[in-house]
Amino acid sequence: MSTPKAMQQSFALRFSSGAFLAIWCLLAAFPIFWITVMSFKSPVDAFADSPLDVIFGPVTRASGDGLSVVDIVLGLVVLFFAIRWAFTRLPALVRQYCPPGLIVLGWLVGALVYAIAFVLVFFGLLPLILGLLNGLLGPLGTPVLGLTTDHYVAVWAENEFYRNFLNSMLVTAGVVTISLTVGTLAGYGLARSGSDLAFWLLIFALVFRALPHSVLVAGYLPVFINSSEILRPIFGEGAPTLYGQPWAVIAVLVSINQPFTIWMLRSFFQNIPAELDEAARVDGCSHFQAFRRVIMPVMWPGVITTGLFSFLLGYNDFLVTSLLLDAQNQTMVPAIAGYFNRETTTTDQVEAVAAAVSITAPLFLLVMIFQRQIVSGLTAGAVKG
Amino acid sequence: MKFKTFAAFVGPSVFMMLLFIAAPLVSVFIQSFQVTQPILEQIEVETCTPGFLTQTCTTEIKTVPALDENGKTITETRWVGLQSYQNVLQMDKFWSAIGNGSWNQIMQIDFWKALRFTLTFTLLTLPLVIGVGLAIALAVNNATRSIRGPVIFVSLLPFIITPVIGSLSIYWLFVGDGILTVMLERWSGQNISMFAQSWTIEILMYFYQVWHVAPFAFVIFYAGLQTVNMDTLESAVIDGASRWERLRHVIVPHLMPLIIFISLIHLMDTYRAFEVIVGFRSQAHVISLQWLTYDFMTPDDAGNRAMSRASASAMLTMIGIVFLLILPLRRTWRDHKGSAH
Repeated sequence: MSTPKAMQQSFALRFSSGAFLAIWCLLAAFPIFWITVMSFKSPVDAFADSPLDVIFGPVTRASGDGLSVVDIVLGLVVLFFAIRWAFTRLPALVRQYCPPGLIVLGWLVGALVYAIAFVLVFFGLLPLILGLLNGLLGPLGTPVLGLTTDHYVAVWAENEFYRNFLNSMLVTAGVVTISLTVGTLAGYGLARSGSDLAFWLLIFALVFRALPHSVLVAGYLPVFINSSEILRPIFGEGAPTLYGQPWAVIAVLVSINQPFTIWMLRSFFQNIPAELDEAARVDGCSHFQAFRRVIMPVMWPGVITTGLFSFLLGYNDFLVTSLLLDAQNQTMVPAIAGYFNRETTTTDQVEAVAAAVSITAPLFLLVMIFQRQIVSGLTAGAVKG
Repeated sequence: MKFKTFAAFVGPSVFMMLLFIAAPLVSVFIQSFQVTQPILEQIEVETCTPGFLTQTCTTEIKTVPALDENGKTITETRWVGLQSYQNVLQMDKFWSAIGNGSWNQIMQIDFWKALRFTLTFTLLTLPLVIGVGLAIALAVNNATRSIRGPVIFVSLLPFIITPVIGSLSIYWLFVGDGILTVMLERWSGQNISMFAQSWTIEILMYFYQVWHVAPFAFVIFYAGLQTVNMDTLESAVIDGASRWERLRHVIVPHLMPLIIFISLIHLMDTYRAFEVIVGFRSQAHVISLQWLTYDFMTPDDAGNRAMSRASASAMLTMIGIVFLLILPLRRTWRDHKGSAH
């Protein structure tokens, strides 16, 4: 399709819009890119004055940790093929070996196996081969780019960051499953009922969404700390103290997220034609049967998108988890605040940077895989509503 | 749909919202008028130290918390009326500062300091977010199709990143002799420390917030741009409208509902400013309303949480968001009623 002549743009306009876009992309990616670079350098290099020192890391290189030209080239080649394989062959393999109906489970297993294989090849096999090659190749094999993984080892192994990681996974998994289960039912009900009650429920949900979370936490905290005494008349001696319990935090996060979830799922369900469940009802299904047999098979795109946003809420939360969980059950994001408090040496600072990058990496993957769903989720509420 | 079926579908969701959102609100409201303190009692203690010939004994009256039979401190809860609000607002100091006409004195009271920052933070970033978001959307819409995907991918990164980590990543670029501070120093020829005074911290915070929220505005505007009526645009061209006039009179009115939607979400989310304080570690200079409540709730050195003051400041925070949202909500309500006719 050719644009009409009057709509064509002058070169200056095209150039300035392109330049603006380039600057924006640089601004958007730079802080994240830079902390990733910093996390692989020794403390002196990471906080060096000159950007080139941070990138090439002379001090890191001097201590014997570095990549040679061969390392970089071969590493990039392996990375390129690994990513290409993940996007071309992996989906076919998953579809081939997975029994129909369990496709979500199949993808989980497939991704896990792929991740393990990738780690084995990239961090186990590749360094061995490269060690041999570097010895043989002489000048090409000497390190040019300083790079060390010490801080990641320190964070994950010595500081037991994996505990926080597991807690984060537990909390986010709980939040996503429960909020989707409760939310799809409510979203469907709200989308199909035209009553005034449904309208007012949605307005109330909007008001609840506006509440700052600290207001709610101020309500939970005294009750949660004293819950074993408050609940004793009901549950007897076994009454739990809710403070510090991951499942209590899951319930709290699910509820905080509920207003947003039902708004979003409602707008997705409104896009599914009502004739579909009316036809099922004519054939003698009850509302629940219609929901289970007719709507559930077609609702997955909306549910996946909403699930992504629930995941982000549970994963990114700082305020609720830092106040309602105790030190042993702490999730990743509040745990990083522990690094500030003892951040006295520059080594501690770079370890904090490495922890921050570790938290960001899964989100990066998430955007890479689910970009389309995230965009559709963002626009679903706005454009159609 | 019959009421019973409807109730069964929305029941679990409504129950959770009532239990974990509505009930805590009521309890915060009640707590803000109460104070819970340990009961103190005064006891006479005789301490004796060995001395020559006789022991030296002193008796003194000590105030200690009363213990029950299990060795726990007994606490009592009293109604104190507006006392906690008074502790948070410090109206006496506020009025005397007004009397002196001294802005700095008002800004020394935590609550007013937090309120000032939260409001400027919310209201100043709003036009910036909408402007930057619209500019990116127009530029992407202008770009060739093949680079749109990668640009959207890169643009989503600041939006999706954990807020604490996002603000930390900018903090690390400027802290101490971070590379960007060094660059600024070389450029201006002065010694700069970005985190020693509040106005530089605030500029970085505004930058962070625009960086973090503009992608959200961009994605929504971009989707909106796809539905602009091409016929209207073309007739505008025939009528001799310049590019700017077309943007002003065709595209922006078309995007108006989206601008209102983004403003609404932005007001709600930015008013909650909290993570940015944690990430920039700016407690000493700049605080926000949520951070104030959070600070009251974190245990102090003795392990006590100032719950009643936290509740009072939480209630005040809530009143603030209601005021802030009245205008845009009234406007959507009018539009909603207008479209119904």
